[in-house]
Amino acid sequence: MTQADTMARAVADLAAGTAAGIAARASTRIAADVLVVGGGIVGSATAWALRRRGLSVVLVERGKAGMQASSVNFGGVRQQGRKLPELPVSRRARRIWSDLARVLGSDCEFAAIGHVRLARSEADLQALQAYRDQAAPYGLELDILDGPALRRRYPWLGRDLAGGSLCAEDGHANPRLVSPRFARAAAEAGARVIEGTAVERVERAGDGFLAHAGGAAIASRWLVNCAGAWSMAIARQFGETFPLGAIYPNMIVTEPLPAFMTCCLGLYGTGFYARQVGRGSVVIGGVRASGNDSLDSCRPNTAATLKEMSDALHFIPALAGANVIRSWTGIEGAFPDGMPVVGPSTRVPGLFHAFGFGGHGFQLGPGVGEAMAELIDRGETDTDISGLLPARFDAP
Amino acid sequence: MNPQAKETRVVIVGAGPAGVRAAQALVQAGLRPVVIDEGNAAGGQIYRQPPEARRRPARALYGFEWKKAQAVHQAWQALQGSVQAHTRTLAWNCYRGVLDLHHPEQGYGRQPYDRLILATGAMDRVIPLPGWDQAGVYTLGAAQISLKAQACLLGTRPVFLGTGPLLYLVAYQYAKAGARVAAVLDAAPRQAKLAALPDMAARPAMAAKGAYYLAWLAAHRVPVIHGARPLAIEDDGASKVVHWRDGGGARRATGGDVACLGYGLRAETQLADLAGCEFDYSPRERQWLVRRDAAGRTSRPEVYVAGDGAEPLGADAAELAGEAAARAVLQDIGVGGQQPRLDAIEAATARMRRFRRGLETAFAWPAELAAQCADDTLVCRCERVTAGEIRQAVREFGLRDVNQVKSWTRCGMGRCQSRVCGLAAAEVVAAAAGEPSTEGVGRLRAQPPVKPVPFDAEAWSRMAASNGEGAARQAGGTAGGEGR
Amino acid sequence: MPKTLHRLPAALSPEVAVWIDGHPAPARAGDTVLTAVLEHRAALQRDELSARPRAGFCLMGACQDCWVRLHGVQRVRACSTLVAPGMRIDTSLAQGTPA
Repeated sequence: MTQADTMARAVADLAAGTAAGIAARASTRIAADVLVVGGGIVGSATAWALRRRGLSVVLVERGKAGMQASSVNFGGVRQQGRKLPELPVSRRARRIWSDLARVLGSDCEFAAIGHVRLARSEADLQALQAYRDQAAPYGLELDILDGPALRRRYPWLGRDLAGGSLCAEDGHANPRLVSPRFARAAAEAGARVIEGTAVERVERAGDGFLAHAGGAAIASRWLVNCAGAWSMAIARQFGETFPLGAIYPNMIVTEPLPAFMTCCLGLYGTGFYARQVGRGSVVIGGVRASGNDSLDSCRPNTAATLKEMSDALHFIPALAGANVIRSWTGIEGAFPDGMPVVGPSTRVPGLFHAFGFGGHGFQLGPGVGEAMAELIDRGETDTDISGLLPARFDAP
Repeated sequence: MNPQAKETRVVIVGAGPAGVRAAQALVQAGLRPVVIDEGNAAGGQIYRQPPEARRRPARALYGFEWKKAQAVHQAWQALQGSVQAHTRTLAWNCYRGVLDLHHPEQGYGRQPYDRLILATGAMDRVIPLPGWDQAGVYTLGAAQISLKAQACLLGTRPVFLGTGPLLYLVAYQYAKAGARVAAVLDAAPRQAKLAALPDMAARPAMAAKGAYYLAWLAAHRVPVIHGARPLAIEDDGASKVVHWRDGGGARRATGGDVACLGYGLRAETQLADLAGCEFDYSPRERQWLVRRDAAGRTSRPEVYVAGDGAEPLGADAAELAGEAAARAVLQDIGVGGQQPRLDAIEAATARMRRFRRGLETAFAWPAELAAQCADDTLVCRCERVTAGEIRQAVREFGLRDVNQVKSWTRCGMGRCQSRVCGLAAAEVVAAAAGEPSTEGVGRLRAQPPVKPVPFDAEAWSRMAASNGEGAARQAGGTAGGEGR
Repeated sequence: MPKTLHRLPAALSPEVAVWIDGHPAPARAGDTVLTAVLEHRAALQRDELSARPRAGFCLMGACQDCWVRLHGVQRVRACSTLVAPGMRIDTSLAQGTPA
């Protein structure tokens, strides 16, 4: 049983009548400029950004804000390695990350210690060089280190490496602190945050929308669908379909170890990533765990755990003799092309989508929130999201 | 037995009294179960056997229970050759009919099962207090294990605190072994014990033993204080000083060299959780226990529970529960004739449960000691989370569920996976959230591995080789995720 | 902080030579690593988050408070591991900075 199972249960428990539920009791009518569905980092950041633009916002979350993919993810705050269409919003997000302590009232353990994408072969290193060149026009600065330079700079790395690509600006944070805090920041900025309540039904009403959630009727001009892996439940109500699937990252963590990892790690090609948190535990992922079709149950996977152990020892020999003390997974919405949808619905005016981040939405979240708020407020955004638009899934 | 039944792969986790009797009943019926235990030998904790080099006569080791202990050990010996025994083996995960195992020399392994009997026992239930995380503070169970399994006293001037029958038994054993017991500080008031006498009469022999320990301690001038509420454990460099409040409210202090604490038992349920069993809250135990019927069947048709890991009723009940679980397995695979014995066990267990009710009256878990501990009291030893941090999470972020509190504060995320802190943490959360009992704040979910397991470079490729395609398919491929 | 562990005199078994933090430390056959260390030291190791000394807690493999290192790399629970002749026990859990 995982956090996902826990939250499914919490939803049921909370629906039985709690403060949040009471706030949305029968015959409550709420009206706002924007209804945001889903209180993960994307929904919460969107609500927060909308408030900063002076729009009124209701944020509805069926469980507890920030507890699904936004909490279970690896915690990498990473720009490099993203598909190019993600880079503009990633760059925008990075500026907000620098300001996180002010925005959220806590640094949430954010540390820009650098992220290195390891290359196992000369071919991989050349691919990293090519990416560096492609990413440069977006303002992303990457250093390519050959084998000897990599070993000098990071002597704790395994020997068998051709080099790596370092993004000095990248780093990590504690997702379990960041994501709920964004919901709180939204509430403190004046958003009405309703937890423990699911949006059961939503439909067009005149120029806007009418949603029914826990007995309340919420009328809004705009609707933002940030329901993560469960976003189809909203999209379908407007006859929209997307090829949204779910993935389950197999995450493992060690006991606290003396600090030695001086950067976060990724791997060019197949999945391996690792970081050492401030208290010393090393978090490792890269392989998939298991989940079920009804999106309410998932489990770490032994084969995945053992593979990650094996890979970890290869790239981080200092882990020999250490213990894995916990593993977890969660449900992350994902698209076949590995990128989210971010942008307006092509069919329903006023409906916006921001979901399917495939487990790598954590760093993007704040940027997506600002871009969405801009889109809604001004009708356009300065951030180039042309490669992420829902339109790319329209039938030709 | 029909041939299909005979092929049933039954796996038992735990070779304490429950696991041994379960194995025995299955072998008697013609099956060949697998038995997995973390220890070097059978016996669990209560009948723990010392290493070969430290063997002593059973009477010296087990006191009044020596015959029962010996019988369990002999039963286990007699089973060798008829069971597949894997000692020194940890079952660290359970999912879809397979246990994940680890052995210190053999490394990782897997054990499929058709039927699983979990006899995973219990550990001391503890309540944090300032100073409890120092070296020289132990559980009551630890004091007993050191004496039994290592022929060592943890200290020669121990202070014993907490509540429960074990408090008196350990004090008696230590004093008999030559320790100068500084005090027995029982948080439960004397009146509570008197009120419990009617229920304790359900097991006169057990009650008599308890009275004997009390009388012996009095005769040997070991200070026993009822209604002593512990406040803090201080270390002045030379000794431990336990500060406490007596029944009249006065502050007192008792010096010693070690402090040992315990407030009853806490069922070990993590494998049952990972196996997908449902749980029910027990108001009497103030903990979540595996949902089970009288024979130990759980909500999962292939999983059974027995012993203190199902319900902390002690060793005698555990032996019966182990047999009952085995007979339930046999009944469920079509081997008849189990019901008379199952009925008799149920009747005997009802008596033990009544006695247990008496114990809970006499030695009630002082929930308020946990709920009201000072803000700077360390609740989670592994991750060093204080009661104040937990309360802040409840207050400032409206967290009402222990899993959310764990996610936020790290309480329960450390090496022990909330075994030590979980129940007390739940009391702190419940009190801070205004919940009348810990039922309202949820149940901490188990996560694999149930205990720390080491990195291993070869385990994956060995598993893939033995499974063929299976392992790679199972792993679901590598993620796009982060590390492109 | 003084040592508190006390062996019952009637139950002494043959000596076993082990090393603790590089020093020879006689133990006895059947000792757990925890017993062997606490015979000579007041603590098993220092908690990595607080640097406070720890000497075990439950002695039954549940609390995970007694991890020590053997032979430089392997980690074991001191309460669940028996000593063997020549065993090298390290009470510092630090892996050391890899070269």
